[in-house]
Amino acid sequence: MRIAVASGKGGTGKTTVAVAIAMAATEPVMYADCDVEEPNGSIFLKPEVYEIKKVLVDVPVIDEEKCTSCGKCARFCQFNALVSLGTPPLVFPELCHSCGGCAIVCPADAISWKGNSIGEISLGKADGGRVSVVQGKLDVGGVLAPPVIRQVKSHIPHDGLSVIDCPPGTSCPVIESIGEADYVLLVTEPTPFGLHDLKLAVETVRELGMPFAVVINRFDEGDLGVEDYCGEENILIMVKIPHRRAMAETYSRGGTLLDGIPEMREIFKDIPRIIERGIEEK
Amino acid sequence: MKEIVVISGKGGTGKTSITGCFAALAENAILADCDVDAADLHMLLAPEIISRTDFISGHEAVIREDDCTGCGICRKNCKFDAIDLTSEGKCRVNPFSCEGCMVCVEVCPEKAIDFPPNLCGEWYFSHTRFGPMVHARLGIAQENSGKLVSTVRREAAAKAEELKKDLLIVDGPPGIGCPVIASITGASLLVVVTEPTISGKHDMKRVLQLAKHFSVPALVIVNKWDINPEMTAEIEKESLLGGAHPIGRIPYDRAFTVAQINGRTLVEETTGAVVENIITIWEKVCRKLK
Ligand code: SF4
Ligand code: SF4
Ligand code: SF4
Ligand code: SF4
Repeated sequence: MRIAVASGKGGTGKTTVAVAIAMAATEPVMYADCDVEEPNGSIFLKPEVYEIKKVLVDVPVIDEEKCTSCGKCARFCQFNALVSLGTPPLVFPELCHSCGGCAIVCPADAISWKGNSIGEISLGKADGGRVSVVQGKLDVGGVLAPPVIRQVKSHIPHDGLSVIDCPPGTSCPVIESIGEADYVLLVTEPTPFGLHDLKLAVETVRELGMPFAVVINRFDEGDLGVEDYCGEENILIMVKIPHRRAMAETYSRGGTLLDGIPEMREIFKDIPRIIERGIEEK
Repeated sequence: MKEIVVISGKGGTGKTSITGCFAALAENAILADCDVDAADLHMLLAPEIISRTDFISGHEAVIREDDCTGCGICRKNCKFDAIDLTSEGKCRVNPFSCEGCMVCVEVCPEKAIDFPPNLCGEWYFSHTRFGPMVHARLGIAQENSGKLVSTVRREAAAKAEELKKDLLIVDGPPGIGCPVIASITGASLLVVVTEPTISGKHDMKRVLQLAKHFSVPALVIVNKWDINPEMTAEIEKESLLGGAHPIGRIPYDRAFTVAQINGRTLVEETTGAVVENIITIWEKVCRKLK
């Protein structure tokens, strides 16, 4: 089963929750870090990395011998990655979405492809080999997260338990990450900001038609807005995590939730089973 | 006009709460919320919307099923797996996956694919008790938040000109990707709000690399610094190495949450040391701008 852990905004404890589920489990788990702009899962899981691969995307190369400077490719490109001023086009690789269109429209067969690195994938093992970790990381200055996320997703097995740490927000990279999960946990905080962003996230997962539940982090720190909302909307609150200063300190040193609040281990161990039962009942 | 952009790398460091304080303390400023994915600043500033404008960016492919023969050529050529087969043997575009590249439109032998402009969101011009504000909302599953960020900044700058404002304060997006790049290129000053955690440090370093790359001077504030004083010291050292000046530490204080619950900025909510501290930080920011 694949559990995606997401949140409407960053910093709500999404990675904390995803790591806790992976660490509390007793069976083998895949931890997939799709938060490729800020992949932080490894800080807590501390995997031994055994392989690092570049993420390459195809960008066009213009054969200036063949090119007639007709400009068709540049007019076609929807992302302004080609500029032609009566000359063979200039390529701006960081804008290219690798759609292949320019080569299709080129009448002179002047376009071929080369790999352009936009990030990297690392594979590792944590917790004595029980937790497999795949992490995607976008290069600084890189703008296209989805191809890196797709690479991470290609490592997620179909069987067994996987936890997907999604990017924050509700935009395209989030949808890409949530895509093939069986269930979504939305992590939020009991504050007006938290509630506002949770509502957007709920709207998104409902639009995608995915089953989901809410996790409230630092539930005793704010107000009751989030709980009231979940009640009104009939949304399951999977778990409420208390605020402990000791937890914040443990976290700041790279310790996990289970180190900071050990009594939560049993609860997190049960989450995959609760979700499984929930899905079966539906 | 000068432009300050407040960013954080990692989300949840208190960036918006601090931007709210800056908005309250600034004189003759215009405000912009460029955290278009999770726009929260309006919850502190209660903007009264004066005008709304559609944000249209790119296009979306739509197959006219009546004209589609189901040949599957579009599907084979779509690099984004955005075209599904329907039970009637026709093709249909999944709008969540379509990147609007136009390849399918080009290859369809029946010319059965329309390519209308894509409505991605909306942006607003508003009044707040601290001055005018430009903000936006991105539709669900939309790309192009970078373009919306650029739109918000451009419109805010135009308004600043028109209303003779000398300062634009921007609540920036989290992360280091496209929206962040769109929010910092050409800004006068970056204020990075981080927290003393390993991930906070890690993300701040990535943000400072970006600042350097785009030659924007940066300042660093460590929020909740007392959660881990050693890490705070380390972050301040790292920020100097990254070419940014650490200009202040803010202790962990529940007053930020209380202020948020009451829909106010911290400087309106309370008085005393925590507010004095923020005022000092703001003065340092202003001095750096001169
Ligand atoms: S592959 Fe697509 S996005 Fe890239 S340059 Fe060609 S047309 Fe533009
Ligand atoms: S379409 Fe082909 S021939 Fe025309 S400008 Fe582009 S590369 Fe050159
Ligand atoms: S290429 Fe055109 S006709 Fe063929 S399946 Fe696609 S939309 Fe239908
Ligand atoms: S416009 Fe591009 S991404 Fe969208 S369906 Fe057509 S080929 Fe696929």
